[in-house]
Amino acid sequence: MTNASTGYTSTVETTIAARRAAGGGALIGYLPVGFPTLTESIDAAVAIATSGVDILELGLPYSDPVMDGPVIQAATQQALANGFRLRHGFEAVAAITGQVDTPVLMMTYWNPVLQYGVDRFADDLAAAGGAGLITPDLIPDDAQTWLDASERAGLDRVFLAAPSSSDERLVQAVTRSRGFVYAVSTMGITGARSDVDSAARVLVTRLREAGSVNACVGLGISTPAQVREVLEYADGAIVGSALVKSLSVGGVDAVATLAAELAAGARDIRAAV
Amino acid sequence: MSSANPSLRAQSGPYFGDFGGRFVPESLVAALDELSAEYALAKADPAFAAELSELHRSYTGRPSLITEVPRFAAHGGGARIILKREDLNHTGSHKINNVLGQVLLTKRIGKKRVIAETGAGQHGVATATAAALFGLDCVVYMGEVDTERQALNVARMRLLGAEVVSVKTGSRTLKDAINDAMRDWVTNVETTNYVFGTVAGPHPFPAMVRDFQKIIGEEARQQVLDLTGRLPDAVTACVGGGSNAMGIFHAFLDDPEVALYGYEAGGEGIEGLRHAATLTKGRPGVLHGARSMMLQDEDGQTVESHSISAGLDYPGVGPEHAWLASIGRASYLPVTDAEAMDSLRLLSRTEGIIPAIESAHALAGTLELGKQLGPDSIILVNLSGRGDKDMETAGRYFDLLDAGAQQL
Repeated sequence: MTNASTGYTSTVETTIAARRAAGGGALIGYLPVGFPTLTESIDAAVAIATSGVDILELGLPYSDPVMDGPVIQAATQQALANGFRLRHGFEAVAAITGQVDTPVLMMTYWNPVLQYGVDRFADDLAAAGGAGLITPDLIPDDAQTWLDASERAGLDRVFLAAPSSSDERLVQAVTRSRGFVYAVSTMGITGARSDVDSAARVLVTRLREAGSVNACVGLGISTPAQVREVLEYADGAIVGSALVKSLSVGGVDAVATLAAELAAGARDIRAAV
Repeated sequence: MSSANPSLRAQSGPYFGDFGGRFVPESLVAALDELSAEYALAKADPAFAAELSELHRSYTGRPSLITEVPRFAAHGGGARIILKREDLNHTGSHKINNVLGQVLLTKRIGKKRVIAETGAGQHGVATATAAALFGLDCVVYMGEVDTERQALNVARMRLLGAEVVSVKTGSRTLKDAINDAMRDWVTNVETTNYVFGTVAGPHPFPAMVRDFQKIIGEEARQQVLDLTGRLPDAVTACVGGGSNAMGIFHAFLDDPEVALYGYEAGGEGIEGLRHAATLTKGRPGVLHGARSMMLQDEDGQTVESHSISAGLDYPGVGPEHAWLASIGRASYLPVTDAEAMDSLRLLSRTEGIIPAIESAHALAGTLELGKQLGPDSIILVNLSGRGDKDMETAGRYFDLLDAGAQQL
């Protein structure tokens, strides 16, 4: 989608639109940089993209990840113990976008961006071929520097929307986000759940009323059936902990296999509806 | 500050200068908004103030005393040193002041479950106490390292009916306990209120916790006037997250002749990394929902702090302190583990008062300050807590425990 004022096109938005046009929705896959090693994390991201993940969400390990459950905490803590540095994040984005055309969003808590320098971070992410940022602990209310920097650098900015968000806040999330709005499926943190909360469906409906074109659902999604179910009403399904667990247990081959299974759930769902 | 509004006491967030704000997951915003709104209503409601005031009087034992300590002060240049005795409060520290306020607020909101983080265990004990008093479910998050060094406080919380969760992630101390408490809150926000223990965290916590603690300074200001006929030359307190310091500083913010000193944990010395001197050695950053000063590496990863005192072992600090430091209204200096322990023993032996190790940092700093200010000066110190909980640490530190002796 081309922004009329800046002439900037969001590859994340065009990817989601293409999936929707084909009768399905986007599969968004999360993996942390540097887990289990930097090289393997790059290989794993390329492998899941090749296996059918439409948009990559690359997490930057952080010391105090308040939105993450035990699986992602353990992985990112290991990455930090292995010596993860922020520059590895940009190296990983460059290495991945050099091998696949899949758009790569970074998911990062705010303090690392702040310390790196918001403008410098935006420039280096754009130079590495990154599509934008998902910011779990930055709300639009306190995000002016990032709104400015992302505008200037032509990057997507994905803010979160929660079942507890007021209508006014949903409008704000929709207006301020670019790429998509991250609809938090349930009140909670990352991690696989047996049922994706019905709150997700309500939230996506409310986001539509708030004007959202691209509402993607995350938290708790781990199976192809859940991906399919979510994509009946949402534009994208975000899978994180399940992929991380698979990578942790079975390595790159296992996570690629899981990605392919999940992707099958994201393809033409019209027959199922 | 604009000249139209010169009062430093009037700050109520979300920002204190460049510090503060709300850097939290969107899921928490509704709860923070609800808390802000309910607190604003409570603040304007005389019935709320009356209920809290009655609890202070008949439950906590307020107003707390002030005690002049001349034998101790003889080691500090002969300055007059006056202690504000928050150690005499029910549950043994200033923490109860804030907890009673927040639990009353929880009752107003209608939630039945409270959660809290704790480092030394004082805030956890205070929260467990108030939860028992009001019949609320209570879960306290405490780093595994702290559950070991403050085992007695764990037992106290359990005796009071609280569940204590030992946090095994990250550095397994206070900062990780806060992370887990926030995760709990994100998940259970509909039923649960987070009783935050210090003047840090996202808005409205820094301003609200300060408001619940400012009674310390309000009482002490008048008590010192009554005792000495004038305001003190300096007011001192230890600073971890900073709630007891904000509590005693606040009443004096608009008294420019009163100097304010916060003493941070210098640990094994601020030359190395084994300290918790956030304002002395930190840089601005975002931690636990607010922009403030913090100990961090080049990449913005939080650096583990160290202090012999679990209550000061925190790599962040409240945003109002960061602001007061930035405008030069308050000074913050490091005090080492050894200096604090020396002062703990000195106050015990000269005055028969065993302070918490946290508060002993303020005492150590005050002795040095007394030497600078001289014998005509008056220094008010917030003795934020008592040392009962620290007897095991002190016993080992001073080698006071008989070999092979068993506590039965």
